[in-house]
Amino acid sequence: MTLATFPASEPKPSWTRYFSFNTDAKVIGIQYIVLAFFFFLIGGLLAMIIRGELITPEADLVDRTVYNGIYTMHGTVMLFLFIFPVLNGLNNLLIPTMIGAPDMAFPRLNAVAFWLVPIFGVLLMSSFFVPGGPAYSGWWSYPPVSIQNPLGHLISGQGLWLTAVALSGVSSIMGAVNFVTTIIRMRAPGMGWFRMPVFCWTALAAQSLQLIGLPSLTGGAIMLLMDLVAGTTFYDPAGGGDPVLYQHFFWFYSHPAVYVIILPVFGIFSELFPVYARKPLFGYVYVALASFIIVGLGLIVWVHHMFPSGVAEWMRNLFMFTTMLIAVPTGVKVFAWLGTLWRGKLRLTTPMLFCLGGLFNFVFAGITGIMLATVPIDLHVSNTYFVVGHFHYVIYGAAVMGIFAGIYHWFPKFIGRMPYEGLGKLHFLLTFVGANLNFLPMHPLGLMGMPRRVSSYDPEFAFWNVLASLGAFLLGVSIIPFLLNMVSSWVRGPKATHNPWNAIGLEWLLPSPPAEDNFGEHVPVVISRPYGYGLGKPLVEHQAEIEQALALAEQQEAAR
Amino acid sequence: MTTAYPAPNAEPQHVEGHEKHNLTGFIIFLCSESVIFLAFFSGYALLKTSALDWLPPGVEGLEWQMPLINSVVLVSSSGTIYLAERAMAKGNIWGFRAFWLLTMALGSYFLYGQAVEWSGLQFGFTSGTFGGTFYLLTGFHGLHVATGVGLMTLMLIKSFIPGNYNGGEQGVQATSLFWHFVDVIWIILFVLIYVWQRS
Ligand code: HEM
Ligand SMILES: [Cu+2]
Repeated sequence: MTLATFPASEPKPSWTRYFSFNTDAKVIGIQYIVLAFFFFLIGGLLAMIIRGELITPEADLVDRTVYNGIYTMHGTVMLFLFIFPVLNGLNNLLIPTMIGAPDMAFPRLNAVAFWLVPIFGVLLMSSFFVPGGPAYSGWWSYPPVSIQNPLGHLISGQGLWLTAVALSGVSSIMGAVNFVTTIIRMRAPGMGWFRMPVFCWTALAAQSLQLIGLPSLTGGAIMLLMDLVAGTTFYDPAGGGDPVLYQHFFWFYSHPAVYVIILPVFGIFSELFPVYARKPLFGYVYVALASFIIVGLGLIVWVHHMFPSGVAEWMRNLFMFTTMLIAVPTGVKVFAWLGTLWRGKLRLTTPMLFCLGGLFNFVFAGITGIMLATVPIDLHVSNTYFVVGHFHYVIYGAAVMGIFAGIYHWFPKFIGRMPYEGLGKLHFLLTFVGANLNFLPMHPLGLMGMPRRVSSYDPEFAFWNVLASLGAFLLGVSIIPFLLNMVSSWVRGPKATHNPWNAIGLEWLLPSPPAEDNFGEHVPVVISRPYGYGLGKPLVEHQAEIEQALALAEQQEAAR
Repeated sequence: MTTAYPAPNAEPQHVEGHEKHNLTGFIIFLCSESVIFLAFFSGYALLKTSALDWLPPGVEGLEWQMPLINSVVLVSSSGTIYLAERAMAKGNIWGFRAFWLLTMALGSYFLYGQAVEWSGLQFGFTSGTFGGTFYLLTGFHGLHVATGVGLMTLMLIKSFIPGNYNGGEQGVQATSLFWHFVDVIWIILFVLIYVWQRS
């Protein structure tokens, strides 16, 4: 073994790098996450307006057309400007460090992909200020509503919406090419496929879905744009077109998109449960492979969003069947997590609480999901609040909570300071209670027949709506301890050691924060599977020496 | 401050593999790109099979002679680009340039043929779904041909920079892959649009 001298912490780089065209994946990762939370606040503000409107049966807070624009923008902002960017941020931070790569395969492309996000973000926001207001056809943007341009201006909210979504697609494809190439080609020596952390498996699966699915939406959106501005009739029955065709294009991507969102969150669960239960991940190989079974099945279920859209009977039955099949690989994962927790020494830290809460919500959403896959039930509740309740359980209850778990867990690694536990636990409590109070009442509402996308409703629905709105305001409050925590611990939180949670993984063999090129040329050789908790086997060659060197550097740093 | 840090792998890890990333990334991108065409093709087939009257009034159908010549041109250009790549692999840089230029000429001829065909048609982009899909498919494909010719021009210029192409060049491989891709797409498109006329 050779001993190399290696700077433990470089001179502190200036904070201005976060506002520049920087090609370091760790800087880009943080740029993505911070920007995403900026848009989370905007999307959340819109959600507060929605729930404020719905606290009374009458349409009294905003005008009806304004309401249409607000829920459309809420959905669009949350998906394209919050959740995808925040996940790409985590990918940027975690993929290179977890596989021991110095950076992404294409650092400049990576930076370009990031900088497209603020550009289309501004573009989308500007649609609030054009005549006619923002797009109002829902985040699906179904024709015929989406191909109407009543004011006749060249620049319309709908046109801006389409341009923004197209740019978001370009950015996502750039990101996906980069992530997939990096994972395939830049893993540390010794890291075969079945020694790769599950987060990387799920990222690979999710990004493959982007690559296969997104072009379908792009193609469909190009045709929509042509109908809107050039006068073609692809989706206009008056000219021989077919509006249902757009629905196929849209859902061929947008169903997989929900797996693009939830798969990395499965990855976070799979990383964190072993750490905080001090046990190896139960059924690692099956958990890893199940990601790709989900990819395969996830591509052949999209028609379940179109059961009421006049599709053939055989299609309904076929897609009901494939949709239910997805429960199998998903169930494999859920049982693997439960098996991991079983008889573990649970440490209820903030990240672990968010994981447990997220898993609970996910199981609930899975049950309502199977209900929705059943054609007769879906025909009954489609386009009601039951659907809104279901997908918010997935997206807020499971995905956003999983993302919070990941942020608390890896914050010390990439910021170099510890987040505060007390504020974290308060954040968890408010989020968990708020989310359930907000989204649970939507299920009875939907079963009773309250449609989605309306600003006024029958007084008989009032009780559950008041509850939901209270939950929403609680969620609004929940973000305050989170932001306080992030800002104050970033500025003056206690210094983090290289491995504060006692976790196993390449990223925990780097100083906190890591040097710009991570391991540089001294990439450790991986010699065993991840998650060897309690097994006493080292993950890499010379693990003890590496850890000693890191601890020594930390002592010297503390002594200064 | 520096710390003694164990370096189990004194040899640099990523040096040799690094050059190959570009091609890997490009192949992944092409796979993704093919799905857009898949979307357009399936949309075309769906609209066509479900149409009541597919052809706009006054239009009899499409002439296939000229597009057939165009097809022959494009398919043979896949052969010439292969020869160019082979010459490059053998270190014959002038052979590479010659066949590369020939491929560019064939590609440009194809674009010319496409333009001539378009200008002689009696229907436009907004003539129902027939016109819409026709111009969408041929236009989107033509855009790819133009991109291919552009990429080839770039590679040709780069080949004159000394020392650039000594050990083969990934840009050349990528461009040629792209060209074969554009070619295969055209064959499918030709069958769907010109061969399959009766619905
Ligand atoms: C702050 C917490 C949130 C609240 C209170 C909330 C509330 C709502 C409500 C009430 C609707 C239905 C509007 C209607 O149909 O009239 C809605 C729609 C929607 N929400 Fe949320 N939401 C929240 C967070 C999120 C998040 C985090 C995401 C995604 C990452 C999201 C994505 C969506 C989408 C895609 C729609 C559908 C929009 C449409 O109908 O076109 N929401 N939300
Ligand atoms: Cu779906």
